[in-house]
Amino acid sequence: MSAYSVTEPSKLSKWVAGALVVAYTVITLLPLVWIISTGFKTGPDSISYPPKVLFSPSIEGYVNLFTDRTRATPEQLATMPPPDNFVDEIVQRRGEVVTGPSRFGERFLNSVIIGFGSTALSIFLGTLAAYAFSRFKVPLKDDLLFFILSTRMMPPIAVAIPIFLMYRQLGLSDTHLGMILLYTGVNISLAVWLLKGFIDEIPREYEEAALIDGYTRFQAFRKVVLPQAATGIASTAIFCLIFAWNEYAFAVLLTSGNAQTAPPFIPTIIGVGGQDWPAVAAGATLFLLPVMIFTILLRKHLLRGITFGAVRK
Amino acid sequence: MSDTPADRLARATPPTLARKVRGLSDRTIAWIFVAPTILLLLAINIFPLIWTIRLSFTNYRANRPNEPVEWVGLRNYERILTDPDIWQTMQATAHFLFWTLVLQVLIGFTLAWLINRKFRGNDLMTTLIVIPMMLSPAVVGNFWTFLYQPQIGLINYAVEFVTGIPASSFTMLGSVTLAPWAIVIVDTWMWTPFVMLICLAGLRSIPDYIYEAAEVDRASKWRQFWTMTVPMVLPFLMLAVLFRGIENFKMFDLVVLLTGGGPGDTTLLSSIELKREAFEKWRTGYSSAYAIILFVTVFGLASIYVKALNKVKER
Repeated sequence: MSAYSVTEPSKLSKWVAGALVVAYTVITLLPLVWIISTGFKTGPDSISYPPKVLFSPSIEGYVNLFTDRTRATPEQLATMPPPDNFVDEIVQRRGEVVTGPSRFGERFLNSVIIGFGSTALSIFLGTLAAYAFSRFKVPLKDDLLFFILSTRMMPPIAVAIPIFLMYRQLGLSDTHLGMILLYTGVNISLAVWLLKGFIDEIPREYEEAALIDGYTRFQAFRKVVLPQAATGIASTAIFCLIFAWNEYAFAVLLTSGNAQTAPPFIPTIIGVGGQDWPAVAAGATLFLLPVMIFTILLRKHLLRGITFGAVRK
Repeated sequence: MSDTPADRLARATPPTLARKVRGLSDRTIAWIFVAPTILLLLAINIFPLIWTIRLSFTNYRANRPNEPVEWVGLRNYERILTDPDIWQTMQATAHFLFWTLVLQVLIGFTLAWLINRKFRGNDLMTTLIVIPMMLSPAVVGNFWTFLYQPQIGLINYAVEFVTGIPASSFTMLGSVTLAPWAIVIVDTWMWTPFVMLICLAGLRSIPDYIYEAAEVDRASKWRQFWTMTVPMVLPFLMLAVLFRGIENFKMFDLVVLLTGGGPGDTTLLSSIELKREAFEKWRTGYSSAYAIILFVTVFGLASIYVKALNKVKER
């Protein structure tokens, strides 16, 4: 590259652009910082006015998130053994006793099971279909691909009614299997489209060489194509996982207790006189953290994933 | 080559069978690979859709499965299309759709244009800006109700700090005039990065030599922007609008958690109204007809739009 290029922006314009973008970033990240910091505030600190920027950190929110507690009378407290762990200490200081674990852990686990289960199934089916669409003459290929994409246009509530009726008949409502199948049905369009793009980029010559060497189609697929597509498969998997992780509409309509994931649960965390904001923030933080990490890991494939591969960087 | 058990087994099996397995035609493999996906989509998407269409001609109520189901023809559709309350929700949806698209396009494009100056740290900023759209809308919506609280929330405090309007004098979510804007703000906060990313991809796809040529021809910066940058990013921008339009037309989770449709019915978007009819009033037949109308609307608008998009691309 030459030392001077007419298309290179001037120093000043770079400086101004940088400053403006940094300003936007700070403002846009403020709500996120506020969520995370509220998780480490005490109840009174979280609702003080003016909002507290400086506060002494506390893990009360996390204790509240993971435990169910009841109020104890002073007499009861006097007969209690001295607290032997920090959770009891925090709770007893407020005149409460722990009655058991809250349902947050269970909900979080449901999110993990349903998220990973549907991701694994979407990737398995999606890779097979994507390979077929990429390499073979499938009859009505374009129509089938468009049909797969169009399933994303339906409002979730529109299909939720019959799925609700169907699941009731089949005994799938409020089960992990039912939710895994449902999220796979929603995710598979993304998986097929993204993976087809990744497989299209692998030169056909590799497989042809393998076929000449005496491999069968299956062997060529398994030993040549799959390793080449590994990064594409991994990033597709993360996008499927993020979708299943964040989904709310189906979860709230089709599950009630057994298979409910965290998104419908977090808004229901109630304290004295309304929502327990430090606990809500603690739950939100734990729930957002994996997605934030994935986003940073995924930044190279981000654009493809969110646009079904329609735009490439 | 080593003699593996599989090889021995292959030799032992009758040659015709072995040839059959080894020589599965490509066509057969294609079907074996595609069939499970198609079957799953038929079961989870198409079958329910057809069921919804069938239900839309009945007066079925899912909470009373034992009552006789009556075939009512097009009456559900007729009632929806003549109901003034439905037009109110359509209006709320249109307001939401219009303003979120306008704001997201303006801010998103500007950001992409600035980031494309390639200043130091622009990749880090891009990654950070993108985080909000990857979060769960329900959790985000729930937490923004906290930020919007009149007495304790960060937003009211910020407004008081900047403009001097006392924080306790207005509630973003409780006011009939402010609530529709409150949901527009959160959606814009969450999804501007999406438009920005796509615009950025568009800007980066423009080859440098075009600008070099324009510079030689002494075209002004302003002229370069309007006759080169904008037309070349336009197809990308239109794609972003398509995706955001479809998503916001079906918007449910974010707004349910923010306002639940209130105050009054000012933020009652179509999807929320649909959920009320289907799962609170249990008017299954009626809400199925509503769902079909919404689906046909999205599908129709999207098809027309894609045609326009293809025309722009061909230019």
